[in-house]
Amino acid sequence: MTKQAAIELQNITKTFGKVVANKDVSLTAYRGEILSILGENGSGKTTLMNMISGIYFPDEGQIFVDGKEAVIASPKDAFSYKIGMIHQHFKLVDVFTAAENIVLGIDDGKYNLKKSTEKIREICDKFGFELDPEKKIYTMSVSEKQTVEIVKVLYRGADILVLDEPTAVLTPQEIQKLFDVLRRMREAGKAIIIITHKLNEVMALSDRVAVLRKGEYIGSVNTAETSEQELTEMMVGKKISLNIERTEPKDPVDRLMVKGLECTDRTGIKLLSNVSFTLRGGEILGVAGIAGSGQRELLESIAGLQKVSSGEITYINPKTGKTENLRDKTPRQIRDLGVRLSFVPEDRLGMGLVANMDITDNMMLRSYRKGKSFFLERKAPKTLAEKIVEDLEVVTPSVSTPVRQLSGGNIQKVLVGREIAASPKVLMVAYPVRGLDINSSYTIYNLLNEQKAKGVAIIFVGEDLDVLTELCDRIMVIGSGKITGIVDGRTATKEELGILMTKTMDESEGSGNE
Amino acid sequence: MIAYIVRAILIGVPMLFGATGEIITEKSGHLNLGIPGIMYVGAISGVTGSFLYENACGNDIANMNPFLSVCIPLVCCILGSMLMGLIYSFFTVTLRANQNVTGLAITTFGIGLGNFFGASLIKLVDSDMPSVALTKTSRFFCTKLPFADDLGWFGELFLSFDFLTYTAIIIAIIASIVLTKTRVGLNLRAVGESPATADAAGINVTKYKYVATCIGSAIAGLGGIQYVMAYANGSWSNDAFGDRGWMAIALVIFALWKPYMAIIGAFVFGALFNANTYAVGLGVETQELFKMLPYVVTIIVLVFTSMRKKREHQPPAHLGLPYFREER
Amino acid sequence: MSDIKKTKHSHEPLLHLVKRDDMKWWQAWLIRVAAIVVALLLVGVISMLLTKENFFTIYQTMFKGTFGNLGSGSTVMLWKFLQKTAILLGLSLAVTPAFKMKFWNCGAEGQALMGGLASMICMIELGDKLPYPVLILVIVITSILAGAVWGVIPAVFKAQYNTNETLFTLMMNYVATQIIKYYLYIEGGGSNKINPVAYGNLPTLGDNKYALNVIIVLVLTILLYIYMNYSKHGYEISVVGESQNTARYIGINVKKVVIRTMLVSGALCGIVGMLLVSGTNHSIDPNTVGGQGFTAIMVSWLGQFNPFIMIIMSALIIFLNLGSAKVADTCGLNSSFADITVGIVILFVVGCEFFIRYKVKFRHSKKEVKA
Repeated sequence: MTKQAAIELQNITKTFGKVVANKDVSLTAYRGEILSILGENGSGKTTLMNMISGIYFPDEGQIFVDGKEAVIASPKDAFSYKIGMIHQHFKLVDVFTAAENIVLGIDDGKYNLKKSTEKIREICDKFGFELDPEKKIYTMSVSEKQTVEIVKVLYRGADILVLDEPTAVLTPQEIQKLFDVLRRMREAGKAIIIITHKLNEVMALSDRVAVLRKGEYIGSVNTAETSEQELTEMMVGKKISLNIERTEPKDPVDRLMVKGLECTDRTGIKLLSNVSFTLRGGEILGVAGIAGSGQRELLESIAGLQKVSSGEITYINPKTGKTENLRDKTPRQIRDLGVRLSFVPEDRLGMGLVANMDITDNMMLRSYRKGKSFFLERKAPKTLAEKIVEDLEVVTPSVSTPVRQLSGGNIQKVLVGREIAASPKVLMVAYPVRGLDINSSYTIYNLLNEQKAKGVAIIFVGEDLDVLTELCDRIMVIGSGKITGIVDGRTATKEELGILMTKTMDESEGSGNE
Repeated sequence: MIAYIVRAILIGVPMLFGATGEIITEKSGHLNLGIPGIMYVGAISGVTGSFLYENACGNDIANMNPFLSVCIPLVCCILGSMLMGLIYSFFTVTLRANQNVTGLAITTFGIGLGNFFGASLIKLVDSDMPSVALTKTSRFFCTKLPFADDLGWFGELFLSFDFLTYTAIIIAIIASIVLTKTRVGLNLRAVGESPATADAAGINVTKYKYVATCIGSAIAGLGGIQYVMAYANGSWSNDAFGDRGWMAIALVIFALWKPYMAIIGAFVFGALFNANTYAVGLGVETQELFKMLPYVVTIIVLVFTSMRKKREHQPPAHLGLPYFREER
Repeated sequence: MSDIKKTKHSHEPLLHLVKRDDMKWWQAWLIRVAAIVVALLLVGVISMLLTKENFFTIYQTMFKGTFGNLGSGSTVMLWKFLQKTAILLGLSLAVTPAFKMKFWNCGAEGQALMGGLASMICMIELGDKLPYPVLILVIVITSILAGAVWGVIPAVFKAQYNTNETLFTLMMNYVATQIIKYYLYIEGGGSNKINPVAYGNLPTLGDNKYALNVIIVLVLTILLYIYMNYSKHGYEISVVGESQNTARYIGINVKKVVIRTMLVSGALCGIVGMLLVSGTNHSIDPNTVGGQGFTAIMVSWLGQFNPFIMIIMSALIIFLNLGSAKVADTCGLNSSFADITVGIVILFVVGCEFFIRYKVKFRHSKKEVKA
């Protein structure tokens, strides 16, 4: 059987400023085949696929569709080559209905939303989607929105389908359904490219795997002829047993107690329900869970940034043993209580730092209020900035360089450095190594361990289960805003965590099935 | 009473043109604060066109072709205001300049142009009054519908207006239909709500922004010429148009970004605008306070819509923000 | 994949944009200065075409229109120029803290008018009742308060309900204008205007009636520079302007900062209103501020929130205003010519930002790839 190439990339290079996102990548996807693009966060998978779908234009290199060179300068060009992409961040107009979103940008004769709606219903029936075409997007749940995205591409009759991390937000049942649909499309001779970093899905679904590492193409293998082990090696380079140092917690005492924490969003959907746990000094408590399960809300509730509808957050002062209630306090009130709480948020430039300010001024964010003076004191922050740059080996022209000009790893070092400089008693970090190279990641792990040795209570929200099981003393698993289990980090296995991560989702799916 | 309503409608029409134009522009994500200037340019372009035509005809109404004397000002007006819209789009779409600053600069520039050419024309006619009178052209613009004078109050209220008044209403209705019922409207709204989504869906965001801004400007410009030809009976004097352009922008909010609502809104504004002259028994000073009404009402509407937070009543989500596809 | 046919590509986008953020500050300013120069040349050329004068004569006329005949030792025109620059600069300073916070205060006009009105009322009502120093103190306080109140009303709604401040402040201008007109009817009776009031005029330095205004605005410029760059308030304003999320994260009360900053902004406008009424005109009318509130927005933007650069920018705008008016006057054009030239210069400077923020890349066609 000869395989027919649907799309072929040759020597694609794309840079953003000084960052090389893709370097000389060449790969081919065939018809009647599911190709997985595997790579760590920041390995350039999404950028590469964005060039296929016309969002970006490559700096160098060529793309061939069905053997002919294709110029994909815009998404419209991509459609004309029957390429459809389902983005990780949904590209939907919130105030439109599902149907309006699906027909958006299609020119198929007379505009007739009714007829289109019928066609949408047909597609849904055919593939077994549950979707109300007249429902407005902003009233939809995440998985409904994804359904709209997929139907959108199907509606356009795409031949080459690109899916960017489609399973991150789906329940196991929905994942199975999606996989069935994808397999059916493979049978119909379409080329399917799926971006993922989940090995089990790669093994279960794809025919072939292409691996990217740091923007470079490492190679392709047939799924049948490979193993998770081999793929991991291709993904991370040489075989890395993480070997993160983990010391025993020194006489852990309760530092922070969270009891029955609940919070809801504007539409009344529960983001956190009945979350209870105790955090101890001198330990790292890992938080595992599928993205968007309430991790952010949990940390922000503790930091005083998220409105809590019920529950208790209590801080126990390690010196005096006095307890302080942190609920319904602003970050400033929390600090005024003498609670030394540091927080490294997920959104580094949008929340933790001010992108346009230099390193010194970013250091001041935490400390500028000190003293009664009306004026700012820049000497101490400058010294701190210089110290962090030196200690953490931040690569920067000077401390007066705006942080937006630094690379991801250096930005994170500046942020973590500042938060640790406040000598916290409780330290919360969210995805601290996302997008960082291995060396920077280890710098961060070491910093956290140093803090742990000093008796700081640390909450570590992570996505990489290997890291969680090697770094954390205990791991708390969160699913759909509920705590589904707290396990010992030394004995926990990835499988065990995986099961916990999907536990409540199964239940809610069972009850939510109409 | 009927005279009052008729007057209110006449005052409201330029604002309706302006508001419809601005709604179309805002739907593409561009807050065009240049509209007041663009309406001036629309007016002066039309005035210049008609001035030249009247002169070419030897200032004799007998020599004037009704069709040409209406079309020439209209075409000039549309071209002039479109050109301004084009400048605005070039700066805000292609050069991604700040919309507020560009808009204000366009307004300064546009009012300057209007008054500059206005004054030049005034100098040319060399009359005692600081104005240009184009009464002949105005007469063609103000041709009433048949039976307007025969049907009493009905005729006066529904048939007595110049054709641009009806055009304004028709344009607003068409704009409403286009925005809600057609593919072009859907695409346009998507561009204003989320250009990245529209772009990913294969819509030419730049084209839509340009076209929407230019068409919006042309419609707004018609408001300028309607004011001169119908409201002011063909007389142009500098600064007479006043702040109607800003009122048009306020009207957009009042209408909750819906052109058909702008029709009602425009007449309400018109009524408020000259409420003072009909509120009997008021001193001149209280009349001045009455003139505050449209502004105060706009502020109240502004506050109420922001308090209610209903998603359908909010401005386009990407209003005022530049779009750069490769933004990371 | 040697069997795949390679065809030569036909069309590739020729230009394509890349965001840049590595430009040095002096490079950026070089571009801005270049834009101003090009715009001024264009203004000159347009004037040439309209007046049929030669280029240098036009600029000579513009200088004369702005500074008068300095050679003869007369400084009257120069002081008028400085006064106008000072007023525009004052308003630009006033809107700057708000802008830095991304709050579009388009209401400088109204806020200044209300400040001026407060001065006027004090001058008329209390003029002969209070001793001079007390009267001046009352005038200063009430003007600042009036401007601040007018500025803070939109801010409260912005903070509370996120009401669109651009349009709110815009509408507040017209409300203020109508209040002035109302007041003119009450005070001025049938004449609809107020004759200059002799009481409560700000002192003059020697017999120069503008010098004090200019000095006050210069002091304000320095104070605002310090406020924006070296005070905790200024720092909070920057953080809120850059990212509200970050502000929340470090515990800045965003609502409080919005309201406080608009109090400052409105108060500064109030001071300018006082300078116009009590310091210069000794009377008030709806055109006292003369639309400079809008120009101030552009000056603040052109000055990139830097008060000292705003001095240059407001001087440039006033130079164009007076100069073009003079050119228009001597060559029989209309004085609105000034608006056109100012518009052109501002558009050029606004447009040149593009070349500071983006790089335009030309793609070189690739050679055919060998199979």
